Formats: sequence, structure tokens, C-alpha cells
Amino acid sequence: MAEYFVQSGWPVWLAYPLVALIHCALLLQVVAVGALLFIWMERKISGRIQDRLGPTRVGGKFGWLQTLADGLKLITKEDTMPGDADGMLFRLAPYLSLVASLSAYMALPFALGWSAIHLNVAAFFILAVLGMEVFGVILAGYASGSKWSLFGGMREAAQVVSYEVPLGLCVAVPVFVTGTMDLHTIAEMQAGLFTNWLIFHDPFTFITFWVFFTCAMASVNRAPFDLAEAESELVAGFHTEYSGLRWSLFFMAEYGSMFVVSALAVLLFFGGWNGPIPVMHLLGIAYEPGEAFRLTGYIANLLGMTNFIIKCVIGVTVMMWVRWTLPRLRIDQVMTMCLKYCIPIVSFTFIAAMLWTQAGWVTGLDVGAAVSQFAGDRLPARPLATVREGWLVEAAALEAMESTDPEETDEQGEPDPEETEVSHNDVPAVLDERHAAET
Amino acid sequence: MATQVNDPRVVEFDVRTDEMLVNMGPQHPSTHGVLRLVLRTDGEIVSEVVPHIGYLHRCAEKIGENLTPRQWIPYTDRMDYLAGMNMNLGWALTVEKLLNHTVTEKARHLRVIIGEMGRIASHLVGMGAYGLDLGTFSPFLYAFREREKILDLFEEACGARLTYSYITVGGLTADVPAGWLEKCEAFLEQLEPIIQEYHTLLTTNAIFIKRTAGIGVLSPEMAIDYGCTGPVLRGSGVDQDLRRDGEEIYTEMYDGYAFEVIVEKEGHYPKDHDYPPVPEEAVLGDCWHRFYVRMLEVVQAIDLVRQAMDRYRSSAGDIGEPVKLTQKLPAGEAYLETESPRGQMGFYIVSDGSSIPWRARARSSCFCNLSVIHEICRGCLIADVPAVVGSLDIVMGEIDR
Amino acid sequence: MSGQDFVERLKKRFGEGIQGVNLEAIDPWIEVAPDSLVEVSRYLRDEADLRFNMLNCISAVDYFEPDPKKAAKVKWEPHLEVVYHLWSLPNKSSLVLKVMLPRWKDGQEGELPEVPSVASVWSGADWHEREVYDLSGVQFTGHPFLWRILCPEDWEGHPLRKDYEMPLEYHGIRGK
Repeated sequence: MAEYFVQSGWPVWLAYPLVALIHCALLLQVVAVGALLFIWMERKISGRIQDRLGPTRVGGKFGWLQTLADGLKLITKEDTMPGDADGMLFRLAPYLSLVASLSAYMALPFALGWSAIHLNVAAFFILAVLGMEVFGVILAGYASGSKWSLFGGMREAAQVVSYEVPLGLCVAVPVFVTGTMDLHTIAEMQAGLFTNWLIFHDPFTFITFWVFFTCAMASVNRAPFDLAEAESELVAGFHTEYSGLRWSLFFMAEYGSMFVVSALAVLLFFGGWNGPIPVMHLLGIAYEPGEAFRLTGYIANLLGMTNFIIKCVIGVTVMMWVRWTLPRLRIDQVMTMCLKYCIPIVSFTFIAAMLWTQAGWVTGLDVGAAVSQFAGDRLPARPLATVREGWLVEAAALEAMESTDPEETDEQGEPDPEETEVSHNDVPAVLDERHAAET
Repeated sequence: MATQVNDPRVVEFDVRTDEMLVNMGPQHPSTHGVLRLVLRTDGEIVSEVVPHIGYLHRCAEKIGENLTPRQWIPYTDRMDYLAGMNMNLGWALTVEKLLNHTVTEKARHLRVIIGEMGRIASHLVGMGAYGLDLGTFSPFLYAFREREKILDLFEEACGARLTYSYITVGGLTADVPAGWLEKCEAFLEQLEPIIQEYHTLLTTNAIFIKRTAGIGVLSPEMAIDYGCTGPVLRGSGVDQDLRRDGEEIYTEMYDGYAFEVIVEKEGHYPKDHDYPPVPEEAVLGDCWHRFYVRMLEVVQAIDLVRQAMDRYRSSAGDIGEPVKLTQKLPAGEAYLETESPRGQMGFYIVSDGSSIPWRARARSSCFCNLSVIHEICRGCLIADVPAVVGSLDIVMGEIDR
Repeated sequence: MSGQDFVERLKKRFGEGIQGVNLEAIDPWIEVAPDSLVEVSRYLRDEADLRFNMLNCISAVDYFEPDPKKAAKVKWEPHLEVVYHLWSLPNKSSLVLKVMLPRWKDGQEGELPEVPSVASVWSGADWHEREVYDLSGVQFTGHPFLWRILCPEDWEGHPLRKDYEMPLEYHGIRGK
């Protein structure tokens, strides 16, 4: 977008900050409005689970403006701070939390090509930034000058820091299977039938997903892992002493991260914006990676984004469902679960999924390819190697120009079912060649 | 015993840690009212619990010395406000014991119906609030959904939903209205299958078992030593239920009723084939057993209400008239304990011959049940403290009176 | 064992320790001398056929000088009674012990009468004795932590004494 501004005569120093601001404003809206909706949804869902109605009045029929009304109330509330608190850190903590959760959205693709920043290492970036959220919580716990908050902060530190390990390992499984950390590429590789989704790639990715979901809930402090707030034990944990807007910032961060981890699960395991049946591909209107603007493609992308958001919301709903059903674990049990169960399981599935992929045994992709073949090659059951990260595509294209070897140029062409097996192993080959070229 | 720095047992670590004193309460979500627990903690581990009570002290005993026994009835149901009916019953029976007054047969059976319904209502709160203590919110509302129906029934019978003053000295203030028994029967029909739902959500839930089994183990010896009663005592495997073992004036209410005391014998509860099995991790006397005893008592109470309704229907006569508001009391004293939902609720009345008691004393079951907390919470984690307090099922109104 | 036999047995064992008995009352009771209270309690708890292993309640009753109009009808001398309600779990039977005390130690107003604590016999007595001390003003000697339990720690007086006057003011809160 910045290039567009520059081309239309804007000075560079203005164009880039302006574009950054637009992105920020958009994402802030996504987070804030998302949190509003999620809080409303949580109240409705918990109401349904508990045989109540939930909010019914504000905003007409379903009380859908209830959260906004509460938000307004929170803004008008007095901002209190305990006398013993460390003022600066106390004020800083909620922002840190929110900023961490917010920055994760920066790298989150909502549809093909639709992300604020297209990062090659988006999966890594999101994990790293989400891990930052814990600082806000620890700081809040420490700076509040309250013993309950301190307990909450310490619990959070212990819990989230240990859960980062299995969570990272879980993310590494699809990253290894696809060979990229670019979330765009990972999602686009799962286009086609739902069998292409990485959760159905092999039995081990299937297990990995469930571990990922558990760890994700733990790392965003959702029940049964909400030990940092644990209202029946620690009053309200780390945010005991917060009121008004600062308190609601923590809430926004929590719901923001819930959406992010859910989105991560969808991107890594559930095909991202690709639906179970690739209707847009069948109609032939979906964007191909790197394609220029086209109205039908835009509509397809819009529908893809809707699809993606629906999947994320389902993930969030499951988290809410779990929260309103299960009792809370104890801190030692939470740690046991992480260190004794999650890490060994995911270490095993990590190795097993890698071996499975390398051995070239039947994967979900093969099933998809078979179905595609049966349906007359109309389904975009892309072999993994045909979807490349941007720089790889360029590199491959460069090399294709340099060498006129027909096999190399073929790689960018139409997916050929016969070549599926071969192109699997071409991924490292292209990389190797590039390394060789660099050296 | 303080350890000295040069004590060879003291190991110097790199990080020096301090013990921390934490005030749990009086305003804390899971202390069931205004209980204050001072915890001495080493990190998450609680090394000492000192309970402080008295925040809800309303001088009930002093007031009792200035009112006639019937006038004191409303003060009794404000003690254990979750089982007001059983409190009324306890005091009414004590005064009747002093007066040597017997109520009519019909009133006796109606008292059983009301008392056991009160027990169900109270245990539903105990169960739901326990879920809340462990961090699950939904069972609480499921429990209240059913409790509301009992309160509706009570409201229909006596006009009040929380502080009933229904059972009174010499009988009950009024008979139940026509059609009440049918509604009660319909409610019990509907409650019975729902109990299974509670078992699914709590009793057999893996996390619930992890949080409660083997936590806060109260040995039978200690329970007896501290005078713990009710589900707390029975959860420790002591076979004692005043409905069977109590004084005659109380046990005659349950004459001829078929019921078994809910207590574990050789690893089994009575008729336990209908209910979830005792998990392997559970130790007799832990939070899980205390909770389970309450759950089974709800089933037992349903059965007792049904029996009582049959007897009530078939008994002739009416419920009789309560004694005069200013009935003269014979000089003397009487002490009686009844099996209220939380344990043995004792009342002691001393009279000098006038219509106002010289001394009215309430022996609270929760008071004794709570006094054991510093023993069973020693060395547990902070998260276990609410679990233990919840499993004792205390009501501060009764402890502080 | 009938009531009379039981009393005989106790009297034989403790002699002067058993000071009186009333078997006609609704709840028959035995009066125990303060000095031998702990001994009697331990005996009642440990004896194989008695096993009064549960202490249900400790209450204090203040038999105050009645006002002159009623004095003719009242049969008691001013005194304080501490009543112990015991329960035997194995036998499912109850027993009432009483200890008669002067209202004030040595007749001096403000000096609390003393009774040995039975907290060493029944742990449950700990809180009950604290409550009796707090509300009725009885000093339990040998109690591990005799502290007010229901009233605030700086409360003055013992509210269940019949001559107790409600304070006019407590920390700025009006009492009357």
C-alpha cells in the first residue's frame, strides 16, 4: 500500500507511517471489536450452558451491545491504584499485555495475501510475541503491591513459561511437514479438500493438534488453566487491584490472544481460509499466490476470510465451552501436565510426523490428490512443492531463467499428479541449489 | 520451634526465601461468608492456617435471653440461613423437650417432609458452592435451579423463601396448602434423574477427583476429637447419624422409616451400585468423601420425603396448634441435638420458670467442623484451602451466631 | 448401667471430686469439682465401657442475683455454671457434667472464675472454651490460646453475663 501512496506523489516519510497507522487502526478495531463480540459471546454461551439467558436488553434483541455498555461503564470508572503499588510498572502492565496480544495480529493472515505484514517467519513471530503477554501479567502481579496479585503473577510466570515449550514444539510439527514458517504458505498448502488439512496429514499431526489446543489454552490462561486469576483462590489473581479501563485492557488482551491462538490452530491444522470443499477453486475465481487484483478473486478472498473467522470463532467457542464445564486444575497438576505429558507426547509426535513425511507414507494430501484425480483434476490438490514462499518462487523463477532445463520450469506449471511424489523431495533440492548458488 | 542459623539441618540455598502471611478473607470469594483465614505460606505451600471468626456475630444467644422461645424462632433460621427449617426444628424440639410436649402425628410427618426438603436444599448449595470453590461455575447454577424449586414449595407452604420460621414450638405455623404434596412429588420425580448430571459434572470428573481425592484428610479419631459431626464425620467413616442414634424425642420422628446411615463400610456406601464408584485415589476422610456423602444424602432425603408423604397422607387428625407465644416454661434445662444438614445442631435452654428462657444456647455444628481446619490444611497448597473449606460446607451465620 | 450405679462408681473412683448429682432432671447431670474436672474427663473418655469421646458443647450459665421483686421465687444462690455435654459414640449415649463456680474469683468483681481447661482431653474444647471465656467470662487455666473468639480482641466485658452493660461507644460506633 505504501508503494501506492509513494507512486501517487506522497513523500516517503509520510507514506510509510500513514500506512502503518492505517494498519494499526484496522487491527485495533479487529481486536477491540473482536473482544467486544467475544465477551458478549462468552456471556451468551455461558448463559446457555448454565440454563440462563445471558444479556437480553442492551442493543435490542440479544443484548449484543451489552459489552459496549459495560465498556463505557468501565471507562467512566475511577482508576484506582493501591498505595503500595509501583506506579509506573502498575500502569505499564496492561498496555504491555495488550500490545503483545495486538502485535500478534500484525503477522496474522486473514486470507491469501491479507495480512498487515507478510512475514516469512509469521508462525515464529506470533509465538514469540504472544509469549510477551506474560510480562504484562507478571508485571501486574509484581507491581500491584498485593500478595494475591503476586501469587497470580508467579503462577503465570511458572505456567506460561513452561507451556511455551510444548506449544513451540507443537507449532514445529506443521512447520516441518510444510517446510515453511510462512503462515500464508502453510495455509495455501492446505487448499483443496479437507483431507489436505494438516490435522489429517497423518496420525501424529492429529495428536499434535490436541496437544496444541491444550497448551494454547494454558498459555492464554483459559480455564481449566486460569490459575493466574483463579477467582476462588486468589480473589482475582494478577488483576485484583485493577479497575476501570486498565482492567478492561487485560480482558481485551485475553480475548485477543484467545483469537490469535485459535487462528494459529486454524492456520496450522485446519487449512486456514480454505474451506472443506474448495468451492472457489472449483469455480476458478480464487487468487493464485502472487496474482494481481481481480474482483472475483477479491470476493473469493472475502469469503475465505469469513471462512477463516468462522473457524477461529469455533475454536474460541470450544475454549469457552471447556471453561464453563471443567473445574480448575491446581498449579502442581498444571505443571505436571505440561512437563510430564505434553512435552513427551509432542516430542514423540514431532519425530514421528517427520519420519512419516520423510518415509513418504500415505498422507492426507495423497488422499486429496487421489480424490482430485478421480474428480478430473479440478480440485486444487496442490502438491506441497508447488506452493512456495515468495522468495523461493522468485529464486526458482530466476534459476529457471538461467537454466533452460525443462524439468525445472515444469515445477511452476500445472500440478501434475504423476509428479506429486517427486516434487515432495524437491523442496530441499531447491533450497540446496540456492545455498549452493549463494556460496 | 525455631531453627537456628548454625543448625546443621539448615541448608543454605542460593535464593533466600521468606514466609509470607496472607489474609484469606474476610472478603474473599471462597470463604463462604466472612471467614478470615490467616495463611502462613512458603510459596504456594501453606504451613499454617489460623481461622478468625466472629465477623457475623449477631448476639443471637443474648437476644434469646430476652425473648420467649417462639419469638426466638426467627433468630434460629438466621443462624444457618441455608437450612432454616432444620434450625427451627432443632430449637422447637428442644423447647418441646423442656415442656414435655408432643406434637400430633401429622405434624411429625410434615416436619420430616419439611426437614428433609431443607436438607436437599442445603446440600444442593453445598454441592454447587463446592464446584465454585474448585473453579467450575455451571454446577452452582444447576444446583440453584433445583433449589429454587424447593424454595418455591417452601414459599407456598409458609410464605418465606429463606428465613421460614415455619416449624415452631408445638408443631408448625400452618398446614401445607392443598395440592402441595403433589407438587412436591412432581419435584422429586424431576430431581432424581438430575442428580446423575451432578455426578457427571463433579463426582466423576477427572479434574474434580484430582482436586479433591486425598486432599484434607481428616482421620476418624481427629474428627471425633474435635467434635466434628454430620457429613464431615460420616465422610471420615464414623457411623453416626442422630436420626437413628439421637434422643428419643428426635428419633421418634423417624420411627419406622427405612433409611441407612450414609457411611462407608468396607469400601462401599449403602446401595452404591446406583452411584459412581469410589475412585482409587480417594482416601477415607478426604474432601471427595465428604462431598460424596452429601450427594448420597440428597438421594436418601428424597426417599425419606416420599416415605413421609405417604405417612402424612394416611395419618388422621390435623397438625395441631403451636404453643402459646408466651407459654410459661417449667424451671429446668434441656439440651437436644438434631441432625441438621451441616452436622449436629444443638440447642440448650435453661429456664427459671418464666416464659422467657434464662439462657438460650446454640451449639453450632460448623463451629466444631471449622475448628479442625488448622489440622487438615497444614502443608497443603493454597489452591487446596478453598477445596478444604468448601468440603466442610460451613455457614458463617451459624458459626458466629 | 443405671444412673445410680454409674454415680456410685464415679464417687468411688473420685470421692470428693463428684460433688453432686441430679438424676431427676430432664438431662441428668453430675456436678464435678473444678480441681478434678480434667481427671474425671479423661476417665470418662478413656474407660473402655464409657468412651465419652466426643465433647458436644460447653456452655456457661450465669445465675445472677435476681432483682428483689423476684428474689422470693428464685431458688438459687448467685453462681456460674459451666455445663459440659458429652457424647459417647460407641454407646450412643450422652452425659452432662457441671462445674459450679462463683461469679467472680474470690468475690472480687472483675476477677474471672477459674476452671481447668479440658482442651487436652478433647481438642474440640479449644474453641468452645474460647467462646465461653469470650461471652461468659470464665478463665480456663491451662488453655493453649485463651483469646476472644467471637467478639473483637479489644472488646470489654463478657456479654452473656447478666450484669453486662452494653458499651456506649466502641471505636466511634454508638452502642446504644
